[in-house]
Amino acid sequence: MPQISQIAATYASQIFWLLITFGLLYFVVGKGMVTKIVATVDAREAKIEGDLAAAEAARRQADTVEDAWRAQMEAARVAAAAETAAAKAQATQSAEAQVKAADASLAERLGHHDFAIANAKAEALANLDTVAAEAAQQLVAKLSGIDVSVDQAAHAVREVRAHG
Amino acid sequence: MAAAEGSKIDPMHQFLIEPVAGSHWVVGGYDLSFTNSALWMVVTLASLAAFMIGGMKRELVPGRWQAAVEGFTGFVSAMLVSNVGPAGKRFIPYVFSLFMFILFANILGLLPFGVVPGVHPFTVTSHLTVTGVLAIISFAIVLIVGFGKHGFHFFSLFVPHGTPVVMIPLIFVVELMSFLVRPFSLGLRLFVAMTAGHILLKVLAAFVINGINMGPGYVALVSLPSFALMVGITLLELLVAGIQAYVFALLTSVYLNDAVNLH
Repeated sequence: MPQISQIAATYASQIFWLLITFGLLYFVVGKGMVTKIVATVDAREAKIEGDLAAAEAARRQADTVEDAWRAQMEAARVAAAAETAAAKAQATQSAEAQVKAADASLAERLGHHDFAIANAKAEALANLDTVAAEAAQQLVAKLSGIDVSVDQAAHAVREVRAHG
Repeated sequence: MAAAEGSKIDPMHQFLIEPVAGSHWVVGGYDLSFTNSALWMVVTLASLAAFMIGGMKRELVPGRWQAAVEGFTGFVSAMLVSNVGPAGKRFIPYVFSLFMFILFANILGLLPFGVVPGVHPFTVTSHLTVTGVLAIISFAIVLIVGFGKHGFHFFSLFVPHGTPVVMIPLIFVVELMSFLVRPFSLGLRLFVAMTAGHILLKVLAAFVINGINMGPGYVALVSLPSFALMVGITLLELLVAGIQAYVFALLTSVYLNDAVNLH
């Protein structure tokens, strides 16, 4: 077995070259490259973690925004309903008031007309009395030749009218 | 060449260390020749560095290559965090280097570079000197971290919680022994697994070659079943290559946990 039979002759060369190659490997590859590669991996992991945290935060913010939007929508809906109800109530009220005003003006006009009719009727009646009295005076004058005053004739007409 | 020599195929020849250029460099009485073993250490380092450079784009959204490299760093990082805790991230450079060096060396030793004339694949991790040094580095880091962090209180590692007072001296010795055996078990496990797998493959390959040399009947009876077995065992060895690298890194992180967190 050369590993053992040659050991006395080759150990120095073996150890010497192993220390050189393994030393280079350790300092150049191990200390130099691997450290950088591990740093790259760590940086990537940190970035992934940060990105995930940012995404989580963004999701949470989106949730709050959505909640706020929902609440706002709800409030707007309630306000709109209230406004609609108020407008409806106001419309009803104003319609009622308008109808009432129209009723009042109609009633007033009716009153005026009634009054005018009553006046006209009274005037007509008064005229009728005068006409009847004059007719009675002229009748009496024509038939009996007696001049009666208008007052007497009117009195008589009143009497006849009172008795029917 | 080996096929022509028939039964002279030596399954141990693959582990032989020889200077690449044939010349020995002796420095201060030590032979520091650039051997085939050293060459394959450099190949391991170069291919690993190439693999890593391909993943150094450091983009936020990784491409395929970057994802592969990050898969390996993430694997080592997760292993350290689950065994040692968040404090274990400090050991990522070392455990990553260890895991990847062993993994690449294991797999490079299994790849069929032998089909290229003049290229002889060599498994660095099938040598006790290499696995032993890696195990000693791991053990030394455990000792340095343990004593550096806890001082002499680190010895309380050898007295588990709830040990009766009478038993403490005995348990202490037993635990100390098991602690001291760690670097040996760590280094030997990898060395033995790699050596055994490669010997098995080479023995089966010798069956295939020898059967072909001995005639058609032997091809049908010996070579073909051996070859089928080789295909299966090669797949198994690829699995072992990964598992052994994982076990080495895992045990290192488990030992580091002892040093960092005591109990």
